[in-house]
Amino acid sequence: MEQLQNMKFFVSLVLIFTSAAFTDNILLARFLGMCSCLAISKRVDTSIGLGGAVMFVTASTTALNYLMYNYVLIPLGIEYLRLIIFIVIIAAFVQLLEMIIERFSEKLYYALGIFLPLITVNCAILGIALFMLNKPYTFWQAFAFGAGGGCGWFLAITLIGGIREKIKESELPKGLEGPAITLIIIGIMSLAFVGFSGMIKI
Amino acid sequence: MAYTPKQVFLNGIWLENPIYRQVLGICSTLAVTNLLANTLFMCFGLIFTTALSNFTISVLRDYIPKRIRMIVQVLIIACYVMMVDIIIKALVPDIHRFIGPYVGLIITNCIIMGRAEAFASQNKPLLSLFDGIASGAGYSLVLIFIASVREPLGFGTILGVPLPARDVWWHSWIIMVMPPGAFFMLGMFTWFARRWLVREVKR
Repeated sequence: MEQLQNMKFFVSLVLIFTSAAFTDNILLARFLGMCSCLAISKRVDTSIGLGGAVMFVTASTTALNYLMYNYVLIPLGIEYLRLIIFIVIIAAFVQLLEMIIERFSEKLYYALGIFLPLITVNCAILGIALFMLNKPYTFWQAFAFGAGGGCGWFLAITLIGGIREKIKESELPKGLEGPAITLIIIGIMSLAFVGFSGMIKI
Repeated sequence: MAYTPKQVFLNGIWLENPIYRQVLGICSTLAVTNLLANTLFMCFGLIFTTALSNFTISVLRDYIPKRIRMIVQVLIIACYVMMVDIIIKALVPDIHRFIGPYVGLIITNCIIMGRAEAFASQNKPLLSLFDGIASGAGYSLVLIFIASVREPLGFGTILGVPLPARDVWWHSWIIMVMPPGAFFMLGMFTWFARRWLVREVKR
């Protein structure tokens, strides 16, 4: 009986992770994190760098925000302060991360350095924390949701980076270069990801 | 550099429009434009926040230490966004249920941070207030245009009112309701705006 319970719990985590990464992709279906995506996705290697950092920060801060919301804000009855608390947690976490990376790995620091401030204002991270509140998740489920969302963002920005590297070589009509063509590419990719939506229902 | 109020308005709304010239604040543009009513409330929230946060940051610009200015700006913006969130929740709970998370995301909307950094931290309070209103209005203009294409094509309504004789001739474009429609519309709008409406500044 207990084993069945554990099994169900594990399956729900996998389901939440996949649905957050694919069917409900934070960039392609929820439109979050577009600004930094449009600015950074010109090359694959920078995309991977930013994507990885966002994935890590999203997973950790979603869990932190979950604990903060459920064990501090709700008991005190100050849910309306959630926006400020969440953004402060995210900013503080990124700052802390920057200091830790600087201390322990100089190489990683120089590779990620320019992206770290961009992460604070990446709406995908705050967005995932806010969407999480709409769903009755337990702690581990919230963590899976955050990790899945970050993973989906990583996937999307890496794919877009790859396509944009190819597009640079081709001639485009005037005015379509840069953001316009990128938005249309993202539109086509988003169509493909919407195709997954029949797969999982949660 | 000195700006006149007229110049500030023209820049914000047209020449340096936040969306199709500076490519800022795209996220919420796409998410809320499937229904015109949602868009209008979002625009209200954004104009309110940009204007007042620009004003406040400009008033405090000499007192904020350079090193922590980002976090101070974020906190100022977050206060105004919280007000907007509470106001919208009280006035129109139905709409709030849908756009709620996106209202919260005004905090990380790059337009507001961008204007605060680029304009309000160097200019006088009143002028910054104008700049905030103008940037917000430029953003609203594009959003309202996109919403007024997506809603009729996707749902056959404008502001919730059905189009005349809808059953006879109208057929739903489901893609306009779904996320890809938003990307295509904004992509094409950016293309046309950059190609024909705004001449490139000769360098």
